[in-house]
Amino acid sequence: MADSAATAPPMTDAFQGVHASLPHDSAARHVAGSAVYIDDLPEPAGMLHVHFGLSTRAHARITAMDLSAVRVAPGVVLVLTAADIPGENDVSPVIHDDKLFATDTVTYVGQSLFAVAATSIAAARAAAAKAVIAYAELPAAIDISAAREADLKIENSQRMARGDAAAALAESPRRLQGQFAIGGQDHFYLEGQIALAIPGEDGDVHVWSSTQHPSEVQHLVARVLDRPHTSVTIEVRRMGGGFGGKETQASLFAAAAALVAVKTGRAAKCRPDRDEDMIMTGKRHDFEVGYDVGFDDDGRLTGIALELASRCGATTDLSMAINDRAMFHADNCYFLPAVEILSHRFRTHTVSNTAFRGFGGPQGMIAIERVMDAVAQATGLDPLEVRQRNLYGEPGRDLTPYHQTVEDNVAPQLLAELAASCDYEARQREIDAFNAASPILKKGLALTPVKFGISFTTTHLNQAGALIHLYADGSILLNHGGTEMGQGLFTKVAQIVAEAFQVDVSLVKATATVTDKVPNTSATAASSGTDLNGMAALNAANTLKARLVEFAAKKWGCAEAEVAFTPRGLKAGAELIPFNDLCRQAHLGRVSLSSTGFYATPKIHYDRASHSGRPFYYFAYGAACSEVIIDTLTGEMKVTRADILHDVGKSLNPAIDLGQIEGGFIQGMGWLTTEELVFDDQGRLRTHAPSTYKIPTIGDRPAHLAVKLWEAGRNVEATVHRSKAVGEPPLMLAISVFSAITRAVASVADHRIMPNLDAPATPERILMAVEDVKARARV
Amino acid sequence: MHQPKQEGAIRFLLDGQVHEVRGADPTRTLLEHLRGDLRRTGTKEGCAEGDCGSCTVLVGEPDGEGVAWRAVNSCIQFLPMLHGKALMTVESLSKDGALHPVQQAMVDRHGSQCGFCTPGIVMSLYAKAVAAKGADASPAEMLAGNLCRCTGYGPIIDVANGVQAEAPPAVDLSWVREEAMLDLTYEDPVHGVTRRWLAPRSVEDLASAFIEHPDATIVAGATDVGLWITKQRRPLKTLIDIGQVAELKRIETVEGGVWIGAGVRYVDALETLGGLYPELGAMMRRLGSAQVRNSGTIGGNIANGSPIGDMPPALIAAGATLVLNRGGERRQMPLEAFFLDYGRQDRRPGEFVEAVIAPTPRPGLVFKVFKLTKRFDQDISAVCGAFALTIEGGVVASARIAFGGMAGTPKRAGACEAALIGQPWSEATVEAAMAALDIDYTPMSDMRASAAYRSLTARNMLRKVFLESSSPGLLARVEPESAHG
Repeated sequence: MADSAATAPPMTDAFQGVHASLPHDSAARHVAGSAVYIDDLPEPAGMLHVHFGLSTRAHARITAMDLSAVRVAPGVVLVLTAADIPGENDVSPVIHDDKLFATDTVTYVGQSLFAVAATSIAAARAAAAKAVIAYAELPAAIDISAAREADLKIENSQRMARGDAAAALAESPRRLQGQFAIGGQDHFYLEGQIALAIPGEDGDVHVWSSTQHPSEVQHLVARVLDRPHTSVTIEVRRMGGGFGGKETQASLFAAAAALVAVKTGRAAKCRPDRDEDMIMTGKRHDFEVGYDVGFDDDGRLTGIALELASRCGATTDLSMAINDRAMFHADNCYFLPAVEILSHRFRTHTVSNTAFRGFGGPQGMIAIERVMDAVAQATGLDPLEVRQRNLYGEPGRDLTPYHQTVEDNVAPQLLAELAASCDYEARQREIDAFNAASPILKKGLALTPVKFGISFTTTHLNQAGALIHLYADGSILLNHGGTEMGQGLFTKVAQIVAEAFQVDVSLVKATATVTDKVPNTSATAASSGTDLNGMAALNAANTLKARLVEFAAKKWGCAEAEVAFTPRGLKAGAELIPFNDLCRQAHLGRVSLSSTGFYATPKIHYDRASHSGRPFYYFAYGAACSEVIIDTLTGEMKVTRADILHDVGKSLNPAIDLGQIEGGFIQGMGWLTTEELVFDDQGRLRTHAPSTYKIPTIGDRPAHLAVKLWEAGRNVEATVHRSKAVGEPPLMLAISVFSAITRAVASVADHRIMPNLDAPATPERILMAVEDVKARARV
Repeated sequence: MHQPKQEGAIRFLLDGQVHEVRGADPTRTLLEHLRGDLRRTGTKEGCAEGDCGSCTVLVGEPDGEGVAWRAVNSCIQFLPMLHGKALMTVESLSKDGALHPVQQAMVDRHGSQCGFCTPGIVMSLYAKAVAAKGADASPAEMLAGNLCRCTGYGPIIDVANGVQAEAPPAVDLSWVREEAMLDLTYEDPVHGVTRRWLAPRSVEDLASAFIEHPDATIVAGATDVGLWITKQRRPLKTLIDIGQVAELKRIETVEGGVWIGAGVRYVDALETLGGLYPELGAMMRRLGSAQVRNSGTIGGNIANGSPIGDMPPALIAAGATLVLNRGGERRQMPLEAFFLDYGRQDRRPGEFVEAVIAPTPRPGLVFKVFKLTKRFDQDISAVCGAFALTIEGGVVASARIAFGGMAGTPKRAGACEAALIGQPWSEATVEAAMAALDIDYTPMSDMRASAAYRSLTARNMLRKVFLESSSPGLLARVEPESAHG
């Protein structure tokens, strides 16, 4: 039985704009199967299916590529290699190092070598298998330690510091060192990567792409085709999940489909199957963390040196910003009096790792949470007490390692409220008693906070555009640069627009994101979708409202101050004009009923050279308390209870926010428990389908999962209706699960020994950590 | 020789109308047909291997006088397997734009986010509403085969707990009960092979067909063979579908045990086997997903000889007997003798698995099964251990122990058994028997587990058997059986 604490307020007949728990705008279509995803679109006659030929080597020189048998295979219409690209052979987001097709060398297994376009996907696949590729193997670095040894990096190691960490460590009353490893994660969006391209006239192409970043796909497709941006239109109504995996990774598939379409004059679809998708696309970065921490007997940190190392894969992709964000979150909610964070970005011969919900933040955050657990273990203090003692606080204890002052700190209140409401102290005692009496099963409990910085740390990305048309019948067409991937962005922005005009949200139609409606957009990423696009849409609505107010004041003969939008219509002096009537009258009165809106986040700035500034407009906060039980004979683990208190500011839609929090928590739980990416020593991914890669299923949800929005929440910054971003932060609530497991393992030796537990805490890792603790306890 | 009538068209009921398919590749999946040919695109492809449930549909088939419905993964159902059955997809549910109550409940509870898994989840929920096979279970058991990456499942559990029962749509399948054998031929233009699909309707016809085509691939539920096509893309030439053979679906009491025909699906054997061996029943509830258990067969799990199949270790420990049939000639063997080596079974050309006989447990038998996986539900075992012991007067009188995941085949633990039999049921004996497992097995490391972990947990499973049997009330499992009951 699911705990029903995560229920939304009841719906009423009254006007509902923002702050109401309206259903997802596509919910009725989702459940009916009538919501259209790209693979559901009618296929144009003569459409071709595009399939990639892939590298089977991690690092090798291509000595020969014989595609003659591919070209003559049944159903094949076109075979494409790098030589067939009219423009630049590049689909990378930042530094031009992701080729559409490999040329002389391959740098990971699954890299695209060529593409086949055929009359059926079966024909394309069978043809591609006939390629004869000869390789001369080159030395390959598959994992972090190999890359470290070979000194392969995508950029120089970065250093973020405040104070003199070395001196502080030397003077610390107590000090300890440790390291641990954190696994990567596949996005496992249920809808895989896909693109459908239809050629137009004059070399133009329209591409339906399942992407979080239509503008970037547009720019890259145009570059591959050597056409201006105006020639390429990218459209996406919805994705079947994104989670960061469709921020940069969609370009490859879109570019191949577009190239085939332009070359053949036929529609072309590129849809890898699940295995190909998992092999070909990047994942969350795995990390290795080392720490050297100084503290006193009360568990207060005096100084810390952290070393973060990540597997970036073969190319740069977004790894620079991702690793920066890991550094930005290595403080989490804690004031680090003297701190040095070193970040190594290792280049490996594996698929290039990419954005994934949290964007490096989770890895940085779990590093400091691990330190908190280690300090608690060393001092014998309760881990929550250690965490609370180290929280950011008054001036003097409010400066981050990147010199941004924390001005909106609500972590102390959240932790205190959650600890009280979930009965933390009493349950710790109960668990100690349980563990003392239970030889096989052991329980663990942990309460951890989250503070997540909101804004793209690449400052110029913090901008958005929107477009609103009011039609003469009073219906409202809404468009903006944000993309819908299930997070409810379209619903929230429609609510904002409905609220602005005081109309029922059903009048507002959120339409597909298309690059020819709103140009030069940023990715829907960094949790910023609503903050940016909601504000842009509000600005567009306000422009239209100003025009309507001016028009109404004149037409109905009152002062502009006497004009107001109400749920029953526009009040103009004594007149009440229904909204549809207003639109018709305004049209007759020759008022422009279409407007764009634009928004750029204020206050932010950042100097990457010194790693200092104000990268974040504000912070989102949360806290979670998780209880687990482990089996010390098999390592099996169950999360039995989780209580979450999360700050979304003033929620635009509590039901959607609760869904993001709960879903993020479970996804984070998967990252830290059952989701294990296994590469073999040849660099081949062995877990490339749900049969071997295990995301949480329904039974993994804790039997008791209570999620609450923090009632006092209100953004101190002037965000749209004082809401806060919610996409990424909740994922990190799951760090409480990992800490709880660590604690359950430590109970085997009565918490005298800090377990060596890496993430994900699979049954195997848990059992081996238990065995290790037992062995060390015997010494 | 008996020559059954031939039938060259696949016919099934779709929303009550007879739908006929001619000339299709018999290895075309139902999902491909729905999406590609009929443009019923509500049913989604998430993985094409029966692990995510986005493609869940309901298939009805004759069951006594009525029709029994079951949720299956359409991505690994071959189109001819639908012959003579009834089909409902997500499009069948909402009539004239009005949502079905389970759909409406999903909207009201905010049960969809990206919406891609949603149609499959709706169909699994609808399966519960119409009392489909295996749908009278907890949400965890019923929906473990429907992966959702967005919601965290809370709203879906709420909806599942509130599903109201209703009568399934009345369909008449009596028209398909003629004796014709589906016999399809297809020229595969891509691989340049001629493909044949035969669906005999009796054991006799099956036996003849397999003698005639000894290289044929036998298809039962296609939860494994389906992947040979969708994942391995094997250009299979001849396939013999045993799903139309009613005789192979029999479960009946025979002397000393229960006869389970090779075509019996997990869900249909659950009650019987779980009644005989409760721990086997509990394990079966975690084997695959509802969709897989609704389609996959115990015979297939045995016949394909997978080293990680879960049924063989448990059935070997129980002392099951395998029944093979070649051209009507039967022979029997202890189940463990069937597994010769990795990928090799004691099966002659043209010989097929007809049944397995599970013996009635002796009174006092200690029977334990441990299925160890990375994820608790719907995951292939790293190690599956099964233990059948009798303790008489404090001494181990008999021991049958078998493991999956520890060798190239499901395999008995001879050395371990020998270390137990005749010894006092004590910690010292168990320690010695645990050590003997290292003689029995040299497991390998793969993406599911390391060799060291497999060896350690195999030993620990035996320790658990001892602890559980000697200390009643001891808490030794993170997921009490009741949570899945």
